[in-house]
Amino acid sequence: MTSELDIFVGNTTLIDEDVYRLWLDGYSVNDAVALRVRSGILEQTGATAGVLQSDTMDHYRTFHMLERLLHAPPKLLHQLIFQIPPSRQALLIERYYTFDEAFVREVLGKKLSKGTKKDLDDISTKTGITLKSCRRQFDNFKRVFKVVEEMRGSLVDNIQQHFLLSDRLARDYAAIVFFANNRFETGKKKLQYLSFGDFAFCAELMIQNWTLGAVGEAPTDPDSQMDDMDVDLDKEFLQDLKELKVLVADKDLLDLHKSLVCTVLRGKLSVFSEMETNFKNLSRGLVNVAAKLTHNKDVRDLFVDLVEKFVEPCRSDHWPLSDVRLFLTQYSVSVHSLDGFRHQVLWDRYMGTLRGCLLRLYHD
Amino acid sequence: MPGKLKVKIVAGRHLPVMDRASDLTDAFVEVKFGNTTFKTDVYLKSLNPQWNSEWFKFEVDDEDLQDEPLQITVLDHDTYSANDAIGKVYIDIDPLLYSEAATVISGWFPIYDTIHGIRGEINVVVKVDLFNDLNRFRQSSCGVKFFCTTSIPKCYRAVVIHGFVEELVVNEDPEYQWIDRIRTPRASNEARQRLISLMSGELQRKIGLKVLEMRGNAVVGYLQCFDLEGESGLVVRAIGTACTLDKLSSPAAFLPACNSPSKEMKESPFNEDPNPNPHSSGPSTPLKNQTYSFSPSKSYSRQSSSSDTDLSLTPKTGTGSGSAGKEGGPLKALLRQQTQSALEQREFPFLTLTAFPPGLLVHVGGVVSARSVKLLDRIHNPAFVGIMGNTRSYKLLDWNSFNSDEPETRDAWWAEIRQEIKSHAKALGCHAVVGYSESTSICEEVCILSASGTAAVLNPRFLQEGTVEGSLEQRIEENLPVGCGFCHIPYDELNMPFPAHLTYCYNCRKQKVPDVLFTTIDLPTDAVVVGKGCLIQARLCRLKKKAQAEANATAISNLLPFMEYEVHTQLMNKLKLKGMNALFGLRIQITVGENMLMGLASATGVYLAALPTPGGIQIAGKTPNDGSYEQHISHMQKKINDTIAKNKELYEINPPEVSEEIIGSPIPEPRQRSRLLRSQSESSDEVTELDLSHGKKDAFVLEIDDADAMEDVHSLLTDVPPPSGFYSCNTEIMPGINNWTSEIQMFTSVRVVRLSSLNLTNQALNKNFNGLCENLLKSLYFKLRSMTPCCLCHVNFTVSLPEDELIQVTVTAVAITFDKNQALQTTKAHAEKSLQRASADNEEMLQFPLELCSDSLPSHAFPAAKEHLESASSNSGTPAAQRATSVDYSSFADRCSSWIELIKLKAQTIRRGSIKTTVTVEKASPMGDGNFRNRSAPPCASSTVGVVKMTPLSFIPGAKITKYLGIINMFFIRETTSLREEGGVSGFLHAFIAEVFAMVRAHVAALGGNAVVSYIMKQCVFMENPSKNQAQCLINVSGDAVVFVRESDLEVMSAQQPAVNCQPSCTGEVTT
Repeated sequence: MTSELDIFVGNTTLIDEDVYRLWLDGYSVNDAVALRVRSGILEQTGATAGVLQSDTMDHYRTFHMLERLLHAPPKLLHQLIFQIPPSRQALLIERYYTFDEAFVREVLGKKLSKGTKKDLDDISTKTGITLKSCRRQFDNFKRVFKVVEEMRGSLVDNIQQHFLLSDRLARDYAAIVFFANNRFETGKKKLQYLSFGDFAFCAELMIQNWTLGAVGEAPTDPDSQMDDMDVDLDKEFLQDLKELKVLVADKDLLDLHKSLVCTVLRGKLSVFSEMETNFKNLSRGLVNVAAKLTHNKDVRDLFVDLVEKFVEPCRSDHWPLSDVRLFLTQYSVSVHSLDGFRHQVLWDRYMGTLRGCLLRLYHD
Repeated sequence: MPGKLKVKIVAGRHLPVMDRASDLTDAFVEVKFGNTTFKTDVYLKSLNPQWNSEWFKFEVDDEDLQDEPLQITVLDHDTYSANDAIGKVYIDIDPLLYSEAATVISGWFPIYDTIHGIRGEINVVVKVDLFNDLNRFRQSSCGVKFFCTTSIPKCYRAVVIHGFVEELVVNEDPEYQWIDRIRTPRASNEARQRLISLMSGELQRKIGLKVLEMRGNAVVGYLQCFDLEGESGLVVRAIGTACTLDKLSSPAAFLPACNSPSKEMKESPFNEDPNPNPHSSGPSTPLKNQTYSFSPSKSYSRQSSSSDTDLSLTPKTGTGSGSAGKEGGPLKALLRQQTQSALEQREFPFLTLTAFPPGLLVHVGGVVSARSVKLLDRIHNPAFVGIMGNTRSYKLLDWNSFNSDEPETRDAWWAEIRQEIKSHAKALGCHAVVGYSESTSICEEVCILSASGTAAVLNPRFLQEGTVEGSLEQRIEENLPVGCGFCHIPYDELNMPFPAHLTYCYNCRKQKVPDVLFTTIDLPTDAVVVGKGCLIQARLCRLKKKAQAEANATAISNLLPFMEYEVHTQLMNKLKLKGMNALFGLRIQITVGENMLMGLASATGVYLAALPTPGGIQIAGKTPNDGSYEQHISHMQKKINDTIAKNKELYEINPPEVSEEIIGSPIPEPRQRSRLLRSQSESSDEVTELDLSHGKKDAFVLEIDDADAMEDVHSLLTDVPPPSGFYSCNTEIMPGINNWTSEIQMFTSVRVVRLSSLNLTNQALNKNFNGLCENLLKSLYFKLRSMTPCCLCHVNFTVSLPEDELIQVTVTAVAITFDKNQALQTTKAHAEKSLQRASADNEEMLQFPLELCSDSLPSHAFPAAKEHLESASSNSGTPAAQRATSVDYSSFADRCSSWIELIKLKAQTIRRGSIKTTVTVEKASPMGDGNFRNRSAPPCASSTVGVVKMTPLSFIPGAKITKYLGIINMFFIRETTSLREEGGVSGFLHAFIAEVFAMVRAHVAALGGNAVVSYIMKQCVFMENPSKNQAQCLINVSGDAVVFVRESDLEVMSAQQPAVNCQPSCTGEVTT
């Protein structure tokens, strides 16, 4: 006696959260059944393996049918075929778009193209995440990217509006889109210690301060060719950053800057002497990073440079985080007292964000 | 031109991409009614077109309005080639034709294509302007309301129940026309959908005409079915109960917010009229005055008032239990006679109702059923084909003009069966059949027609016109002594149709009751039940040789009696195993396949307090002296006894036992064993065994004399009880659970299994089938585990045999959550509760303490005249319910009457029970009614916008139905030629059923409703051809679209609740 057909359809679509997770994780029906058996569900409910198999199949079929709708979440809300309570709809969407930390670290900053998709096999092997799940996550990134890429207005708002994600998840996706668009390098060995959260934090700061959307809250001319978008860095701003070079190129200015910082921080830093000896190197590093951002290649290497030029030197001298904070604050503020320096606003836009990023990046 | 139909096409959304190049669609819409078609403009390049059309107006006959569906076709405009159809929407505009139902249909409808399924949605507004037409010879029956619900709909009151209406319409099936060979599957499917829609409309109109003729205004319990007879055609038939309904002026005004439907039903008659019988409420009850002779209902119908009055005038003489037998006899006859006058004028005194207004159901006789095997004739009629094929829109053919005897043939077949049912009912001393239903099973050219129902005695006053409003309520008072009246035998004890075993009612001690009661109706709301009920199923397969035509039919007719007998035996055994004594909602389905017959009986077992405690099951071996064998037997016996004990605990069956000294033994009858004799052997030691293990109770003996019997015993024990927190039943409500919370989940589950064709034996088949059903149930319990504690209600199994080795089982049911804590309380208090309530209700009117279970005071008068009558005739009575179940198979060829005799004989032996003189004395519980009733509707989250609930029940827990919007009756076909791509058979059917639900919900929402009640999937015909990667499925669903209001939203109402509720509790002092 073999089961040819076995279905269960509820007027309200039944969603089993555990099975949904297994499905999202890319397990086959048989693997999912095995995992469920291991969870002890048979003992709890007195069900048989056959029942579990049938139940799992059924849920998988439902999820498979829902997947098409999950690709455009507003459709899930308006469709008539599956009657699902709103809270469940939200759960379905949120979970579907949730990604694995391990996975996102692998693709963050990479071009969301076919080429990358081919690498998913390797990523799957490396991270232990099933290929199916990798595909789903990758496709989610790509789908969100495609939809919001050309859109005006706030990146987070756009994502939320088109994918109905929670604020938190929408912010993460904004970071992913931002990184993918600017192709920031995140995979270097030096950067392995950084979490997705670190990058997402930086992305948010950069979106807020360094993109076109950041300049004008209300764009003066909405029809202008200039893109009012969160995804692209403000090219003009990057060009202008060259001007900051004077801070390290002009020896007097550099000395003055150093003395200003040292005066204030003397006795306040546990690593004062290290700071004093390293000041010029650190300052050169930070300013050179800014000056190089006109080239796409250097933009991509932003995080590598920051870690190399600032984080690593400090870390090797065992700067405590509080000292880093004090230093960076004083380093930024002191520039205002440099009479010969005319790019105060530019400096603040650059350093304000960079300071935030560096503090976040500075950990073991 | 009595009607103007107006349609507006507003917009579309989520349309499929029809133009690959642009990834867009140029959509327009054709709106068609009858032969008139309108078109909208083409809305270029959009998947969300905004047509916002003008009002398309159709001026039509109301006859057409009833028959025709509105047909909306969405197409993709193509400049160079033919326009591609995206899909269609059929809208039944019938709900717009009654004054009280919907006034406008407006909303988003899924656009459905028979090949692709749902493809986007379309927003449509439909209105109808009806002009009054006073033509007496009209062919339309606009205004007659239809309800699928098999009880009086919640916001109506039955003024008169006129009786049975039936009709059938026959046509050729478009699928079997020659043109089908050249047209696309889509065209063929659409032709079929449209034809069936037309036929349903016509059928409904014709039934409506019959109702108008009977001077009714509604059809309740409307059941429409399709017989896909293949080459020989397509039959659409319907049955229902014609009624005159009265809308309650303010249905919610007085109704308390109650969770339990039973309460609701019980109380509604009082509530709808706060002072039901102002002039007679006090004095109308006879009180102790034994010669009281007030007739509260002077203005009953003219033609029958004399007999009615006689009835209520009857002096109450000598109501001592049993003593009034002789005087009672003629009264009973009178009652019957007089009801006959009301009902038997009609050809078939049948009601399709399963629940009744209080007071209507007087006695229940037992299940009556009839089956007949017929050969479907092939029709050679070339004239047809030409006409049907030519036109794209079929005008419904009048079959009569082609083959004059065709509908008559079908009519005659059914008439024959109904006649049988009627005569069976008569044999049980009943003049009516309630809970009546009809079904067919078709395989190739063989068709089994089945009909079944419950023989009953009804109160005639509901069945006659001119009944005064007050009298109905009055009747209730008279009729509800203690909720056991319906159990009392309707037949004459001295002239029983079958030998049966009777005892005095364990509840009132005045009337005779059978030892077991089988019925097809729902548990009467006032019935006193001990513990909880449970789903009981008997399952059976029988192999049959493949044969052609008459030989095949003969083979089937020969098998049927065996099957029926076995099914009954199984039911009986399982009932005993559960420690229960009555079955409700019994539905026996016999399905015929190429090489086998399947029998599936489902019912809800309960312990009725009025009936005697069922005995256990005894196992006897054929060789009593063989030691090891004995051991085996005793082992089995122990297992069975353990199971019974466990079940009693599980279902909380602990009927209060009262020692015989208190009660006395009213019927000094020797105790008897009932036996199921498989062989004729009688082993002498059984008697002692019996007494040892079961004390004074009668027992049921299973003799194990062959492997078959062994198998039976095993199968008895393989039924596993549902996991804790779950209950199941196939009736509307679960006996013993009243505190439903608002969460409901309706579902349909379908399974198809393939049997290995090798060495199929009956046993292997039975085992497979049993396993299939049990596993299905287990799966349901597992799936719904998050809802516990909950109950699966209205569990409806349907079996079909689509192919040689395939068995398809379809289950539709609803899971309803309930409050566990309250449940415990309820169970304890339940028996007392109903008793108290019944008594209290009486007391209210009586204003003197009523004594129940008054065996110690046998002379105490019961107030109601009806009760009086019953006790008077208590000595005349006859057999037990299902013992009298008539099994009859009128086959085309031979009637197997000899078998019937055999079965009857066997059935008699099964149910010879002993008399147990126990009274169910119900003590007033300290927690009492106040406690019990004060539960309030749990706070339920206000339903989200757009949610449409679906339920096979007639009510929605925790909510009040405020309006019925009309009947939903939809027929869909879905076909695929890419089965694998759609996820195989499971994926295909899963998607289709989900789509059907969606379309039902969309129609309900468009009518302005938020739920479908009495939902039923009447047909789910699934055919596959995996090798061709094809499958096809036909689904027919129906139900009543309603508007409900959450009780939590009825704050005002709940404020009134205590006032209503405290009545019983303050009067409920029961003495013994």
